[in-house]
Amino acid sequence: MTFVTKPVARHPSLKVNELGLTRRDYEGSVSTLCAGCGHDSVSAAIVSACAELGLPPHKFLKISGIGCSSKTPNYFLGHSHGFNSVHGRMPSVATGASLANKELYCLGISGDGDSASIGLGQFAHIVRRRINMLYIVDNNGTYGLTKGQFSATNDLGSTSKRGVPNLYEPIDIVSMAMQIGATFVARSFSGDKRQLVGLIKAGLMHRGFSFIDVISPCVAFNNHGGSTKSFAHMRNMQREVVSADYVASEAEMTIDYEAGQLEDITMPDGARLRLRKVHADYDPHDRLRAINYLGERQREGEVVTGLLYVESEAKNTHDILNLVDAPLNSLDEDDLCPGVGALESINQSFR
Amino acid sequence: MKPPAKPKDIVYNDFVIRFANVNGSGSASANGMFAHAIFRMGVPVTGRNIFPSNIQGLPTWFEVRVNERGHLGRRDGADIVVAMNAETYVQDVDALLPGGYLVFDSSKPMARTLRTRRNDIRHIGIPIANLLVHEFAEPKQRALFKNIVYLGALAELLEIDMDVLKHMVDDQYRGKDALIAPNYHALDIGSTYARDYLGEHLRFRVRPSDQVGNRIIVDGNTSAALGALYGGASVCAWYPITPSTSMAEAFEKYAAQHRKDLQTGQIKAAVVQAEDELSAIGMVIGAGWNGARAFTCTSGPGVSLMNEFLGLAYFAEIPAVLFDIQRAGPSTGMPTRTQQSDVLLSVYASHGDTKHVVLLPSSPKECFDFAADAFDLADRLQTPVLVLSDLDLGMNDHLSEPFEWDANRRYDRGKVLSADDLDRMDQFSRYLDVDGDGIGYRTLPGAHPEKGAFFTRGTSRDEHATYTEAPDAYIRNMERLLVKWDTAKTVVPKAEIDERGNDMGVIYYGSTDAAMGEALELLAEHGIQLDAMRIRAVPFGDEVARFIAAHETLFVVEQNRDGQMRQLLIAELGQHGVGSHSLHSILYYGGLAISAGEIYEQILSWLEERMRESMRPQVLKFS
Repeated sequence: MTFVTKPVARHPSLKVNELGLTRRDYEGSVSTLCAGCGHDSVSAAIVSACAELGLPPHKFLKISGIGCSSKTPNYFLGHSHGFNSVHGRMPSVATGASLANKELYCLGISGDGDSASIGLGQFAHIVRRRINMLYIVDNNGTYGLTKGQFSATNDLGSTSKRGVPNLYEPIDIVSMAMQIGATFVARSFSGDKRQLVGLIKAGLMHRGFSFIDVISPCVAFNNHGGSTKSFAHMRNMQREVVSADYVASEAEMTIDYEAGQLEDITMPDGARLRLRKVHADYDPHDRLRAINYLGERQREGEVVTGLLYVESEAKNTHDILNLVDAPLNSLDEDDLCPGVGALESINQSFR
Repeated sequence: MKPPAKPKDIVYNDFVIRFANVNGSGSASANGMFAHAIFRMGVPVTGRNIFPSNIQGLPTWFEVRVNERGHLGRRDGADIVVAMNAETYVQDVDALLPGGYLVFDSSKPMARTLRTRRNDIRHIGIPIANLLVHEFAEPKQRALFKNIVYLGALAELLEIDMDVLKHMVDDQYRGKDALIAPNYHALDIGSTYARDYLGEHLRFRVRPSDQVGNRIIVDGNTSAALGALYGGASVCAWYPITPSTSMAEAFEKYAAQHRKDLQTGQIKAAVVQAEDELSAIGMVIGAGWNGARAFTCTSGPGVSLMNEFLGLAYFAEIPAVLFDIQRAGPSTGMPTRTQQSDVLLSVYASHGDTKHVVLLPSSPKECFDFAADAFDLADRLQTPVLVLSDLDLGMNDHLSEPFEWDANRRYDRGKVLSADDLDRMDQFSRYLDVDGDGIGYRTLPGAHPEKGAFFTRGTSRDEHATYTEAPDAYIRNMERLLVKWDTAKTVVPKAEIDERGNDMGVIYYGSTDAAMGEALELLAEHGIQLDAMRIRAVPFGDEVARFIAAHETLFVVEQNRDGQMRQLLIAELGQHGVGSHSLHSILYYGGLAISAGEIYEQILSWLEERMRESMRPQVLKFS
């Protein structure tokens, strides 16, 4: 039995958000992943981000593919519908679901096997199609559920638990997303809660396709000395360039940053996406330089994290297809059926 | 030329004309106008495009059958051939029936071997290229108007009303008025030459008739697209594949016209060209899960690719509509040729135990009706519904009853709980069979703040959508899906049965319908009376088993090699006593539409063989 019912009791001192809800209202079932799995930290960060944003916990579409990562939508936002679809095909299901009702927050959860191997095609195409969603990859460089095979994001020379090196070049899904036209691209680390929660908040509120690649170590198969996706490796080699957060329109600036380090991007709803530059020279609005910079640092074995690229004024699929404002799944016969009179003219056109 | 036809030899409104062209030469629109003009004269007609998987330079044929009695299936042999492609000349000459006419461009002298290849046909040379050289300056026009010149000549030779043809030109070039006059002129060049130099009409003629009534002439893909539009589809995800592409394109065109918000110009339909068929069906399933009516259209190779997702949708119980416009397999085989070879692939698509609802339209009207019905059925049954058309039905224009729509019709959205419904309930259990029909109640994402959310999976779950690997829960669920299958039997279109007490009959489906009426007449003329059943859906309703039980000998006519419908009948109705003994396959799968002659001859030879068997002296069996 892998399903555990969670007790409903909550601590009286838990913070309450503007909807009168606590963090517990954004949680899901108890995780069945291994103790210490990075993915559970990502789920926890999603819970925190949604609670802090004060979003209605039932207004999400949680869609995933197959793999350890894809099990996680069951572990957060238990009041929302989830869909554990087929391996590598989360993007298409998310596309359809998003087209059907654009008013819901669309959250896609995938893994590195799911998105960089079997689903690389769907990943590439959802990026260029610009679905309005947050796409998170829990990236551990390994196939956990089938016990430790290398995935396509595993670095050349990084070893398996038994010490066998990976012989193939990695696919860098972050560079790829930037190249194909993603309008919000970030990389984070499951062990860096502060950075990750801010990025998830910003990514959820970004209007367009947001992508966060979260290095999320697999404690069972890929958290050893030879791995470049281990907790230790990430702690040593992570280099944050820009952190991000979401500031609601009515919120005051409360934190005092050094001048010149902050950039606020005003979003269509009046709220602001607040960027804090950790690396003074990094420009998260220059796609080509960002790709270049990532490549250079990767050559040095470093992992660049933070908000890597953002473009606030971008069209998403609904704009591109010129769809009506009402959710397509709310349209009825009056909206959808052209009627008897139109059919008579159509018949006449075939005579 | 030989002396004119005697009046008694004249055949009105009953012939086959074959146009042999090079593809990309602009012949399609001229040939289409020819067929449509005959339709507008009130004469039943159909045109079949036999084309290569190529854009320019390869042979293509357009075969028009004119038949006063409405027999519009493909007929073997041509009465008239318009030979405009030197490459296929021999083949085209050989296709003529004795007494037929060969219309050709006589601008260059014909090789003697060709000229003398047949002495039982008449040669009608028209110097088409030469006639155009004097009238049109541009080489492109000279090439394009060749088709219009032979159209004009044929109008004269066959007595097709020239005014009707000119109206066709008006319709075709409305908005591009500059093209009307030169087309008129090219028509006149052809008809004048025929009148002045050929000196006679052909034995085959067209005369106005009242046999068309209020019917329309349209292809199945356009019809299915309109059915989807009327049926409330708001998401179409597709990947280009012949012969289904024109359905998605038609849906997009009509949606842009009829689903436009007049104030904002925004569209109430999303049409997405996916990166492949896997993605296309994934989008359909995502949209169906989230409550929008969604479909994809594809062909056999696409259905193969969609198999994994179809299994998920079956098990996760998500409405989805798929149109399979069948073609000859395999993937690179004969993509522009027709077949009915995806029956088993469709019904049992995917891994594990799966069975899908399949609809089998046989006419443009049914393509429209079944397309609209498919969305109601998918929502009601919470499962994928596959509509199986084929290239012949989908891409060729067929005479059809006009489309109809009941102004009071409401969409059947099935068992979807609203927030109010959920408020009234103690517990929501997604997969509990509350009503005994095998169909649970579902909720849409975002419906209610506290109730109704569940996790959709392809893995095992119990009645409350909770993950479990318990064997009994798995079996309960799979058995419930069979109850749902039984429910489906009662709501899908029933078989169309023509029963007159004969002990033999035919079973057929889909586009074979076009040839079947004529085949049954031919057989009846030879004293062979057959009952008939046209299957219109899977699962089979009770009437199907009953019809089979009531007949000693049944011919299952289909356009595939393996007798797939026959296999399916035996597999699905075995427990009703349907076995292989009474079902005999009549098959044609060469890639052209099945003809009445083919059906007639195969049934006849089967019966003759049986006769010989029974006449054979018994003693031989023991020798």
